[in-house]
Amino acid sequence: MDIIKAVEAKQLKDNPENFNIGDTVKVYYKIVEGATERVQVYEGLVIAKNNSGISRTFTVRKISFNAVGVERIFPLHSDRIEKIEVSRLGKVRRAKLYYIRERVGKKAKVKELIRKKAQ
Amino acid sequence: MISLIGKKVGMTQVFNEKGELVPVTVVKFESNVVVAQRETAKDGYDAVVIGTVETKESKLSKPVAGQFKEVQPQRHVMEFRGFEKELKVGDSFGVELLDGISFVDVTGTSKGKGYAGVMKKHGFGGGRATHGSKFHREAGGTGMATTPGRVIRNTKMAGRMGSDKKTVQNLELIKVDTELQVALIKGAVPGKRGGLVVVRNAKKK
Repeated sequence: MDIIKAVEAKQLKDNPENFNIGDTVKVYYKIVEGATERVQVYEGLVIAKNNSGISRTFTVRKISFNAVGVERIFPLHSDRIEKIEVSRLGKVRRAKLYYIRERVGKKAKVKELIRKKAQ
Repeated sequence: MISLIGKKVGMTQVFNEKGELVPVTVVKFESNVVVAQRETAKDGYDAVVIGTVETKESKLSKPVAGQFKEVQPQRHVMEFRGFEKELKVGDSFGVELLDGISFVDVTGTSKGKGYAGVMKKHGFGGGRATHGSKFHREAGGTGMATTPGRVIRNTKMAGRMGSDKKTVQNLELIKVDTELQVALIKGAVPGKRGGLVVVRNAKKK
């Protein structure tokens, strides 16, 4: 198994996981259109993290136009992710927020986590 | 044709140059050593004998050890015909031989499944599970009546499945890592982890 870890280690980013389940994040994702490359920002709620090592992914859910839910799965160590910004911390009690899918409106909200400032 | 003996390490994923995650099998190579050469004049055919994984002479029987007069004793020995490279006895090479190749064929021994029924082994449909059906996973009829009065040869029946020599063709070679002596091959490769595999450049590409 060490060989597999060594193979993966070459492509791992150091410490990219700067967010938690329930947080609202902005993912700056590079999109290649023919020859040009641009950065698209995708903002939504992190509802799941899956797998480990280089296969680690996270799922971001947002409500798009016409109240259509859109979920996107990003590989955490992808080079196409320029950066991930946390815009709101969430207070949740589970590791997978799949229950959000069945909820609409205010019920689909996650409480904000208010951290006490360190003194 | 170029052939290399390696060991299947397992599967993982890597990012390719487009930034896409691709599933790969990691194959590790210890140095492949030319043990002998077969020549038409002497043996009736041309081939190279390649061995891999060094071992102690004391672990081999004397008849087997006899072929390792000029080189270190090797645990696995195979013959390959039509090797597209000038080689001498004692030459050793590794994964760097695969550099520049984009597609490979991989041969290995598939995982043994034991005594398997016809549904698993030959993909038979089987019968209905419920509604009073008494026909579930059986093979059904295997032949006709008085004529021919026997079961035709090679009729698909239950039996041992797996542990066969299998080749998967045209697998993309994603990366050759000379430092770790591993090759990353896209997709699955026959056999279990730790199994011996032969990697060749693709015949049909």
